[in-house]
Amino acid sequence: MSAPVGTSPGAWRSTTSPRLGRRKISDRSASEARGVSRWVVLGVLVMLALYAVAPLWWLLVAATKSREDLYSTNGMWFASPGLLDNLQALFTYQDGIFVRWLWNTVVYSALGSIGLTAVALAAGYGLAKYTYRGKGATMALIIGSFLIPGSLLIVPTFLLFTEIGLYNTIWAMILPGMFGSFSVYLAKVYAEGAVPSELMDAARIDGAGEYRIFFSIGARLMSTAAATIFLLHFVASWNTFIWPLVFLKGAEKWPVMLGLYSWLQRGVDSQYDLTGLVIIGSLISTIPMVLLMISMQRYWRSGVTIGSLK
Amino acid sequence: MRSMTETTRPRGTHHADHPASGPPTGSSPRVRRRPRWRAVQAFKGAALTFPFLAGFGLFVLVPVVMALKESVFATKSAGGLGFGEQTVAFVGLDNFVEGLGDQVFWAGMLRVFLYALVVVPSTQLLSLACALLLDAARRRTAARLRVVLLLPYMVPGVVATMVWLFQYSPVVGPLSAFFRLFGLDLNFYSGELVWFSIGNMALWGALGFNMLILYGALQSVPHEIFEAARLDGAGELRIALAIKVPFVRSSLVLTSLLSIIGTLQLFDQTLLFRAVTPETITKDFTPAMMIYNQAFQVGNLNYATALSVILAAVVGVASAFVYRFTNREEA
Repeated sequence: MSAPVGTSPGAWRSTTSPRLGRRKISDRSASEARGVSRWVVLGVLVMLALYAVAPLWWLLVAATKSREDLYSTNGMWFASPGLLDNLQALFTYQDGIFVRWLWNTVVYSALGSIGLTAVALAAGYGLAKYTYRGKGATMALIIGSFLIPGSLLIVPTFLLFTEIGLYNTIWAMILPGMFGSFSVYLAKVYAEGAVPSELMDAARIDGAGEYRIFFSIGARLMSTAAATIFLLHFVASWNTFIWPLVFLKGAEKWPVMLGLYSWLQRGVDSQYDLTGLVIIGSLISTIPMVLLMISMQRYWRSGVTIGSLK
Repeated sequence: MRSMTETTRPRGTHHADHPASGPPTGSSPRVRRRPRWRAVQAFKGAALTFPFLAGFGLFVLVPVVMALKESVFATKSAGGLGFGEQTVAFVGLDNFVEGLGDQVFWAGMLRVFLYALVVVPSTQLLSLACALLLDAARRRTAARLRVVLLLPYMVPGVVATMVWLFQYSPVVGPLSAFFRLFGLDLNFYSGELVWFSIGNMALWGALGFNMLILYGALQSVPHEIFEAARLDGAGELRIALAIKVPFVRSSLVLTSLLSIIGTLQLFDQTLLFRAVTPETITKDFTPAMMIYNQAFQVGNLNYATALSVILAAVVGVASAFVYRFTNREEA
């Protein structure tokens, strides 16, 4: 029930469109500290950076160790290399159930994010570019839903899913995430800034229908918003834990986070030590997220920071 | 933003064209037909929101209504011990009365509340300090360090919790060994230290994200102010506290709200801790854990729903309070 990544209501409040280009980096800025304070600033920042990195460094180092070394050597430095053995153990344990989990995670995250992006773009565009009765009510519904805490929905959703047959199916993982009101809000704010009404009018004069205008003009102009929505949901979906914990029974359908939890839980009370698998599994399931977030920084960063500017 | 070729005509001219050149449907150029095609256009626009509204209705509104409905019913078994025929009976507000007087539930609430009281402000303060430091560093240095500081935010929450569980572990973790160097024998899983352990983990995970938002807000401070302040003889600390901090207050409100909402619903982290140290972290340790336990271990779904509603109400009240409190100077 941790707050999903980037689904903060209130972020992206700005009506301006997100910056795309990298900010020009000048070597000296007015906000910069001068003199001795500069070194104090740098020193404290480096310590904070070490705090941020140290546990991850430990994970990286531990993932290369054999079981004996894990318990007997200094946690912050490498011992005899065993990364390949660990990887082999990870991917072959229980007939490669870990690969299955990874694959499930990719499928749930990708399908859910594609669906959400399509639904949110259409709705956001409709809300931003058309005037009709009921629009105010829809907006009120969207803003109001920001106030619903995630934990409120879990139990009733369980009842609903058992009733309509979604419980313990992969759709329980994919469908509910496709209707996130925050993404619609984000798309609406973006469409207001990115899709000029004049352009739509011009297309109408040329004889294009409303849906054609949306697909060939609106949706394309909103591609940055689409990437942001897709990315934020993909990451949130990859990381989700309580949802599969409640809605999926068989290990065959689990995503990787739940699988790792099951290993952690079992590792404590079984004689076969799963600690090494949990460590290497954690590392492997984290790397795609880190790579994705670093390479797509401009999208999610604009998504989370622009909103707070005003 | 993506620049796009726009019509070069001055704004408004084609509006005048409309009745004449005509929308796809209207062949007659009469003004009277205008409302009709406008209505069609408006409907088509509204229709774009229908898929969202349908899904939102099914997956959000229906569960909310069900939550309210289920919480006023209770399942009673005729044969006792859960066997025999089960009947669902309307019990009015009984579940809420029971929930409001449930000591286990409120003990959990008190736990997360006290925890939030310590962790949320300290996370905010540290994030703010971090953002201010970053803002005071050289641009190039700041750009590099920012990515490093954001790394914890990119790590999935479950993995972050596991990694810290290992750090705290008396067996494989480096922390116990580190403190032993100073003659301290610390057990991070023990009842006294477990809140510190969870809090440190939360801080680690939230620092980068909050810093990013606050740092973003700091970029909007007009730079002339700094020069003026320096000319007036203000020191770096003074500049930070008197100029920069007031500028980011609205962002602080946002990050505080998000933190408080997340913290009161604490579940993932504590459940993972429970896997390792079940003696310290009981099954009803936090309100959300108790709801989970009541619903899916005990099987008392109606009661669990009532507790969810109570928790939602508490989260709502706490958010409103935090909003008022942090925003008071503007109000």
